[in-house]
Amino acid sequence: METHESLPRLSRRQVLKWFAAAAAASQASPFMAFSQDSLPAAVGYGSDPKVNDIYKRGDFWPLTLSPEQRKTVTALADVILPADDLGPAASQLRVPDFIDEWVSAPYPKQQRDRETVLAGLTWINEESNRQFKKDFADLTIKQQQSLCDVLSKQDHIDSKIRQAASFFRTFTSLSMGAYYSTPEGWKAIGYTGNVPSATFAGPPQEVLDKLGLEQTVKS
Amino acid sequence: MPTISVSQSKSEYDVAIVGSGAGGGQMAYTLTLAGLKCVMLEAGRSYDPVTETPMFQTADQAPLGGVSTPDKDMGFWDSTIDGGWDVPGEPYTQASTNKDQEFTWWRARMMGGRTNHWGRISLRNGPYDFKGRSRDGLGFDWPITYDEIKPYYDKVEMLIGVYGTNEGMENTPDSPPGVLQPPPKGRVGDLMTQKAGKKVCVPVVPIHRAVLTRPLDANTIPAKLHPGNKKAQKIVGDSMRARAACFWATPCGRGCSIAANYQSTTVHLPPALKTGNLDIIPNAHAREVLIGKNGKANGVLFIDKTTGKEERVKAKAVVLAASSGESVRILLNSKNDQFPDGVANSSGLVGKYIMDTVGSSLKGQIPALENLTPHNDDGAGGSHFYSPWWLYKEQLAGKLDFARGYHIEIGGTRRMPGGNSPVPGDYTRGLYGTKLKKEARRYYGSFISLACRGEMLPNDNSFAELDPTVKDKWGIPVLRWHWKWTDHELNMAMHAERTFGSIIEAMGGNVLGTPAKTGLDIIRAGGNVKHEVGGARMGEDSKDSVCNSMNQTWDVKNLFLTDAAPFVTNADKNPTLSIMAFSWRCADHIIEQARQGNL
Repeated sequence: METHESLPRLSRRQVLKWFAAAAAASQASPFMAFSQDSLPAAVGYGSDPKVNDIYKRGDFWPLTLSPEQRKTVTALADVILPADDLGPAASQLRVPDFIDEWVSAPYPKQQRDRETVLAGLTWINEESNRQFKKDFADLTIKQQQSLCDVLSKQDHIDSKIRQAASFFRTFTSLSMGAYYSTPEGWKAIGYTGNVPSATFAGPPQEVLDKLGLEQTVKS
Repeated sequence: MPTISVSQSKSEYDVAIVGSGAGGGQMAYTLTLAGLKCVMLEAGRSYDPVTETPMFQTADQAPLGGVSTPDKDMGFWDSTIDGGWDVPGEPYTQASTNKDQEFTWWRARMMGGRTNHWGRISLRNGPYDFKGRSRDGLGFDWPITYDEIKPYYDKVEMLIGVYGTNEGMENTPDSPPGVLQPPPKGRVGDLMTQKAGKKVCVPVVPIHRAVLTRPLDANTIPAKLHPGNKKAQKIVGDSMRARAACFWATPCGRGCSIAANYQSTTVHLPPALKTGNLDIIPNAHAREVLIGKNGKANGVLFIDKTTGKEERVKAKAVVLAASSGESVRILLNSKNDQFPDGVANSSGLVGKYIMDTVGSSLKGQIPALENLTPHNDDGAGGSHFYSPWWLYKEQLAGKLDFARGYHIEIGGTRRMPGGNSPVPGDYTRGLYGTKLKKEARRYYGSFISLACRGEMLPNDNSFAELDPTVKDKWGIPVLRWHWKWTDHELNMAMHAERTFGSIIEAMGGNVLGTPAKTGLDIIRAGGNVKHEVGGARMGEDSKDSVCNSMNQTWDVKNLFLTDAAPFVTNADKNPTLSIMAFSWRCADHIIEQARQGNL
């Protein structure tokens, strides 16, 4: 079933773990969240949500980040995905809403990411205050970038910074998932599909030429 | 979809059909167009792809960008509703705690079953696939040849519409002229794989998929399918005219509101309902086949999920098409004085010899595809090209360390991004800012994945039985799965991994991930490809099979199995097309029996 070659190769063990987690979780129905770490008990969207609808962040479960956390998320997302020739800044594409929805979701993967993200947001503000006596969101872009430079290095020995660097990777990945979900993000990355057409011409000649390919299905 | 409640059902039907997917849908279609009165029981709710399919929804419009969750295992827009790896209140159990012996069971509880979301890959079994034991001494032969089933493959392809080409390749049957729809153009990933395949002697050709690339010829096909039956021709012609050709957007796994691809809910059930001969009862969870004092089936006992009560429908014949696992479960749960071990189980083979498809995949990053000029690569919402198994001669000569074949499916490159990051973290590590956005654009679309879909041999250690203690929420005993791969499957997965590596390298690409040490590192868990077949195999003899070559159980003459349960082997060709071909053939047999007054 081609569409569903969704489970990538590396992750058979992850997949099995995921099944185990899902099996344990689905003892309760609808899907109940654990309410440790200040997350209000929420339910997921269930196994039969109306899928041909248009949803806003927060439609299925409440967004839970505090205004202060949102401020940090917004600032950090805009450093990671700034406005430039390729498109608008993350915050203009509602990336912070996506991240808030993600870490507020009552599912195991998202709850694990919540722990990582909340701890990382705390770390980055503490570090910002230690170095610059200001919250991260109130720093200059240069100061923000200097903190991101530390986090984007790979070879940290200090375990706290290593954890923060891991948070930075998770946060970057979530921000990219959110950013490239949007029409502006599609333009930024070069996706031009999802439009109906009477015919399908295949790759343009220019692309075939560049790759040294020949269209083998003739009409 | 028009349905009825239990209270509206007739006092007796000609045939009761359990399940509304490929097997049940085809059965209902064929029987009702021939005038038989049928009732269909579907365990899930009614579902209408025309009004419910998310055709153009995008990741910024879905919770979590549409990524998979325990509520929707294959993502928010997957058409599977009320189903997945886990169905609340309906567990299944594992015989072993060893992870390598785990079985994962996908169940769709909805009208049309898995036909709503399947990959639409429609491959015919070839002549070798029915006579494997005769050829290499392994597994079992089917009690039927390719030539006997061929006319039904022809008819099913004409009805549902299948695109592809005739390549004249070994054990990869051609369709008659004019039957196949034109194939879609190759996309970048398809053409790259085809070109690289040439270098390493792996043929890559257009795949066969049940997607319309042009409207069906509603003026001529119905007469070929239903000669002499004007009413059927009219109904089928109208149904074909209601289907549009593909408009080259949105993945087929979401379902299709314009009915450009095959799903039971758009192709089989509407004409069946149009005859006036079909009543569908949704939310009807079948529990047992009812057997009369004469030893014949006379109906089905089921749970009406809307009330939780046990109900019955009466019929002169019963067809189980509930999915192989669920049909096995119903047979084993249908115990009575005549059949203490379950109905149709005098051979003791109900539940035995269950097979899935050998699944593994490898991803590569192709530098030549970096920074490619943006272009629309969506295509037909699924595969365009594939590689049919190509090493029959080498295998026969004893040059491979596994039996039977696999085909290669090619994963797309420039898919709609969103939800998860469109580029693996390894490629953007250490980056942020404009540099990150540039690198994301550079790498997006430069990844190709190749997937193995191979034949698993039947073995004594892969079967299902009733769990002695665990029951579902209605108190019905559940299945306990036993699973074990053999060296054939594990070596096949390793061969596929090496082949994929050589193809990716022939593209000038780099293989992602660490090389597997054994097949167990890469093979997907049993059931994970969702091609579980067998459990009530057909055969020549009542002692070593559950049903005959007409899908008719040996023990109960008016009980038929038309999902994949009767499959004797599981060729690398995906099972759905074969399920339909056998179901149509079985339906013709039932019609003939009805005409002779034998039901």
